[in-house]
Amino acid sequence: MITVERNPAKFKAGDTSKITVKFPIGHYRVPVYMRGKEVKIVRSLGRYINPEEEAFGKNAGNKLWYYLVSISQKDLWPDYKGVDEDLLEIEVFENWLETI
Amino acid sequence: MSTNHNHDHDDHAAITHDELPGYYEILEISLRELLIEKGVITADELRRQIEAMDTRTPAVGAKLVVRAWLDPEFKKRLLADGVAASAEMGVISWDDTAFTVLEDTEDTHHLIVCTLCSCYPRSIIGLPPDWYKSKEYRSRAVREPRAVIAEFGTIIPENIQIIINDSTANQRYMVLPMRPAGTEHFNEEQLEAIVTRDTLIGVTLPRI
Repeated sequence: MITVERNPAKFKAGDTSKITVKFPIGHYRVPVYMRGKEVKIVRSLGRYINPEEEAFGKNAGNKLWYYLVSISQKDLWPDYKGVDEDLLEIEVFENWLETI
Repeated sequence: MSTNHNHDHDDHAAITHDELPGYYEILEISLRELLIEKGVITADELRRQIEAMDTRTPAVGAKLVVRAWLDPEFKKRLLADGVAASAEMGVISWDDTAFTVLEDTEDTHHLIVCTLCSCYPRSIIGLPPDWYKSKEYRSRAVREPRAVIAEFGTIIPENIQIIINDSTANQRYMVLPMRPAGTEHFNEEQLEAIVTRDTLIGVTLPRI
């Protein structure tokens, strides 16, 4: 029997991506400060049930790819007071990640 | 009251319960009562879960850290899969979150925060301190981590990179700090005593 992966991961470690700019109302798991930012994929964290749907009882068992991504603090905050190497890491579901 | 009632009373205020519950308190009470009334959970199950949660304290995190300091193989397993490594130590996580341990090195220091709400590895190290849930900490930890850590009394030198981990959904983080110099002769108990809650969050470092 051949197993078909119907939902392969769109990103791999080292890829870059842009976080979608959208302002939905509800249990959304991407802080506003990260929206529109260009990030680097650190690694895939596997697939998890989408909490944005689960919060409204809409979970049909759908699991979404979920990634740890990073961004330099200096890119995030233009007036950042710290060293160039300082980083922020945050987890983001694939439905918020655009290919660039 | 009799006229010869002339001894002094303690001036403690009487315990009163006259504040009206807020919106979320009413929501929580309603949900809890409905779940019990409809037989989804029992009052005893709820009580047992609260009791179990209260057994998780930063001391559990300290045990994990000290074992990792003393046992390199355990450290590898802890960094690879925090849930499985904690279970080895009898700490069984009851939720479906991943437990990711962040290793500090000579070049890197980690700080954890949840800017959206109050994600914290409760099923391993118990409830977060109130300040961790405050809007001030949540907004400033990502904006000016070095200043925040300095306000907690620790200066992270500029040759050390800071990595802030903002927890948003299914990941729970804990910092694995470095074992400080001068602790070579410490036994496990002495080591555990310097791994406090705040060192697991990353706002300070273990010190002797």
